[in-house]
Amino acid sequence: MSAVRTVVRGAQRRRVSTIVIVAATAMAVTATVLAGLLLAASSAPFATAFAGQRGAHLTAFFDASTTTSEQAAATASQAERAAGPFPVATAAVRPEGLPGIPFMDLRVAGRADPARDPVDKVTLLSGRWARATGEVVVARGHLRIPPGSVLRLKDGPTLRVVGEARSISQTSQGWVTPDQATALGPAGWQMLYRYADAGTEAAMSAHQAALGPNARTQSWLGVRADAAHRTQLFVPLLSAFGLIGLALAALVIGNVAAGTVASATRRIGVMKALGLTPAQVVRACLVQALIPGMIGAVLGIVAGDLLAVPLTADVADLFGTVPMSVTPWVDAAAIVAAVLVISATAAPAAWRAARLRTVDALAVGRTPLSGRGRRAARLAGRSRLPRPLSLGLAQPFTRPARLVAMLLTIAFGTAAATFAIGLASSLRLVQAADQKPATSADVVVYPGPDGIGTDAGAVIAATPGTGSYYGRGPADITIDGLREAAHGTVTTGDAGAAGYEMLDGRWYAAPGEVVVTTGLLTATGKHVGDTVTGAGHEPFTIVGEVFDGSANNHLYTDVASMPGLRSPFEWYVKLTPGTDRAAYLDSLTSRHLEAQASEAESADGTLIVLDSLTALLTALLVSVAALGVLNAVVLDSRDRVHDIGVQKSIGMTPKQTAVMVIASVGVAGLIGGAAGVPAGYLVHHWAVPAMARGAGIRLPGSTIDVYAPALLLTLALAGLILAAAGALLPAGWAARTRTAVALRTE
Amino acid sequence: MIDVVDVSRRYEGDRAALDHLSLEVAEGECLALLGPSGSGKSTLLNLIAGLDRPTEGSVTVGGTRVDRLGEAAAARYRRATIGLVFQFFNLLDDLTVLDNVLLPAQIAGRPAGASRRRAGELLETLGIDRHAGAYPGRLSGGERQRVAVARALMNRPPLLLADEPTGALDTASGAEVRKLLIDLHTDGQTIVLVTHDEVLAEAVATRTVRLVDGRVATA
Repeated sequence: MSAVRTVVRGAQRRRVSTIVIVAATAMAVTATVLAGLLLAASSAPFATAFAGQRGAHLTAFFDASTTTSEQAAATASQAERAAGPFPVATAAVRPEGLPGIPFMDLRVAGRADPARDPVDKVTLLSGRWARATGEVVVARGHLRIPPGSVLRLKDGPTLRVVGEARSISQTSQGWVTPDQATALGPAGWQMLYRYADAGTEAAMSAHQAALGPNARTQSWLGVRADAAHRTQLFVPLLSAFGLIGLALAALVIGNVAAGTVASATRRIGVMKALGLTPAQVVRACLVQALIPGMIGAVLGIVAGDLLAVPLTADVADLFGTVPMSVTPWVDAAAIVAAVLVISATAAPAAWRAARLRTVDALAVGRTPLSGRGRRAARLAGRSRLPRPLSLGLAQPFTRPARLVAMLLTIAFGTAAATFAIGLASSLRLVQAADQKPATSADVVVYPGPDGIGTDAGAVIAATPGTGSYYGRGPADITIDGLREAAHGTVTTGDAGAAGYEMLDGRWYAAPGEVVVTTGLLTATGKHVGDTVTGAGHEPFTIVGEVFDGSANNHLYTDVASMPGLRSPFEWYVKLTPGTDRAAYLDSLTSRHLEAQASEAESADGTLIVLDSLTALLTALLVSVAALGVLNAVVLDSRDRVHDIGVQKSIGMTPKQTAVMVIASVGVAGLIGGAAGVPAGYLVHHWAVPAMARGAGIRLPGSTIDVYAPALLLTLALAGLILAAAGALLPAGWAARTRTAVALRTE
Repeated sequence: MIDVVDVSRRYEGDRAALDHLSLEVAEGECLALLGPSGSGKSTLLNLIAGLDRPTEGSVTVGGTRVDRLGEAAAARYRRATIGLVFQFFNLLDDLTVLDNVLLPAQIAGRPAGASRRRAGELLETLGIDRHAGAYPGRLSGGERQRVAVARALMNRPPLLLADEPTGALDTASGAEVRKLLIDLHTDGQTIVLVTHDEVLAEAVATRTVRLVDGRVATA
């Protein structure tokens, strides 16, 4: 065993390469942990979170004017488990310090301990629970108001936001103490139920009916359907990242392990010459690869668990669930996977080393295997490139396996970056398309507080500076074949100026014509050109399919298509060139219209979360790839340190040495980049439409074709930059190595 | 041509490989440094080649203070001034004989055509032109050392430093290299030769210096 220890100690003395091995393994294991968590979090996220919170199958609201709290409480016996009654109040609130934000309704439930009730155990995401009157915890996703903010009530008093929480069952927009709810003037009582049979619409309808006509209810099936839309949108994306991460981690760990053994072959030769048996060689090689690998794995687990906190929070925000806690089985699986990959990749190298004749083992490390890379060296020698450059370019061909591993590492890194950039661009374009009504106008005029606002059209028309304008308002429109009324938007004026992206057909030009979303076409089985019928209107001809960024059943038509409908209109105005927008707004305000300059909404929460998530994962994968390159170049530089000494002795400067080492990754960088970009492109072109299809959306081609040729070329060159970044440190070491020391190195 | 003044080189533990040594070598001279292992011969050669720096003293070659050169300047100095021949040849095994010989000129950025002509002349002169496309691993020790000498002479260095050039060779190959060095010196090449081989020193050198424990024992 002492001989084995001697071989292992040899590796320990090579501090730089050992540190690199530990770092590369650590980062790869970190990626494994995060990728595993992503896959775990993406697997039935709603069901997992719903079970964890003991979500409410049915949320019922009993109006105080018809039902007493005792009567509401008596309904608990109908369910397997119930919580309540909780007083519910609706308050009109406005965040302080944010002028221009109108009052909005906030429905809060008065619960003493929302985290411990037997049903709907609400998860606190930040801050603390409300403990006194004057405090509120808001539901994340409803209001994005951080703890510490103050909400002013319409009648004067304030509520301080002390925390953010999430109920999977979406039972409330906020939580206060029961006393606070009572003080706000409770509108009624909330009851939360769990049933043994809650899996079907029929069962839930029966439970709803059993509560009587005074209960307004929300079924978990509806909440689950909404969550499924969100989940389906992102599962392919996160799964793709997870799988790329796992593959890259395995590749880097395998490369590191095999390289560790290969770099010790000469030392093994010496030990064999002194009597080490083949079995001892195999053992020594495995131990030598496993020790730094395991240290790296443990560090990687720690880093992965630390990084998992923001990552799982982001993922939970994305899915509308609660963050997963650190998952021991993911950690355990990552360690087992690391050990297996290290052993599997080190074993063949160890077996080769054990079978190598002692004399050959002694020669290995001083010279590359005979014959390999000579053609490349000859070709490079004949090129007109500066010699250090051509020497470097030819160098990796002497170790083809290492070259292939490095090439794959760079390809994975480049593919991840290509995919992430494409995804971010697609999402931005989707969001831009989704904001069309706002971004294609200069001014928006809101309906007055007590009027429908149709008179505003006349005022706008008469105001100097008005170019084109149109009004739009909501309407529920009955369509035969749909269980519920479609969400409709009725317009008046030049609504084509809204500039919606058309997926098919054209914008409507006359009453009776409609454009609809993909969701509506799917739900009704209709196509562009077909006619749809329904109560309250003449048959509509579908003249176009419009993209609106949601999966809803949405329909757009001229208000004249819906005779008798009175809808509160918002007016979108395009100003004539040269009009002073501020003066125009003042002019409208002086005529009692509430008008604002139109601007794109800030990036929505989902986009911000996705951006940060993709940035984190891309940075991690690119770093893993760069460390993989770093490890390969360190091993290569170690193997060739004597040759580097010779080259320096005949006049190669440190700068030329650095150029040579960096050039040695040039081929892998170029080919890896060139291969990684199409791979990332294909994954993007598969994943993004798959995300959309999963959510019932069809995306315009413009949101998929996001890669300009210049961007693709830049990304392909990014492979070269990634490789060069990985080679930079070893290039510096090689350049600084003293010639006499390098010449003495065996 | 070479002026070594009061040079010391100490390594870790304060062991002195060279101890206040001074030495001069004239242009066209062939100096043999003799001495037992650990006497400081190779260390002195490394200092003259700019591969290492003295702890004390100065090393001047052709008017250049070698001990003051940085790594890059030392590399340029070696390109222009020094040809190095090692005991174990130090040829690059993945390059052909011709490519090995061409390497110093290519690193120095010399014109390709002129360099190829020069390499061809050297290979022919040294009798190894038939091996131009071969790889060093297939040559005998004597042939490999000839390739190493050709490479050392590629940039027409005024000074050739040879560290145990026959140390790894059999008798016949050693004799070949000995003749080669005599021919070079006859043609006016300044040579500093480190060797254990008294016969070689006697046959080639115009002057012999014996080192013991980093000092000049006899000159």
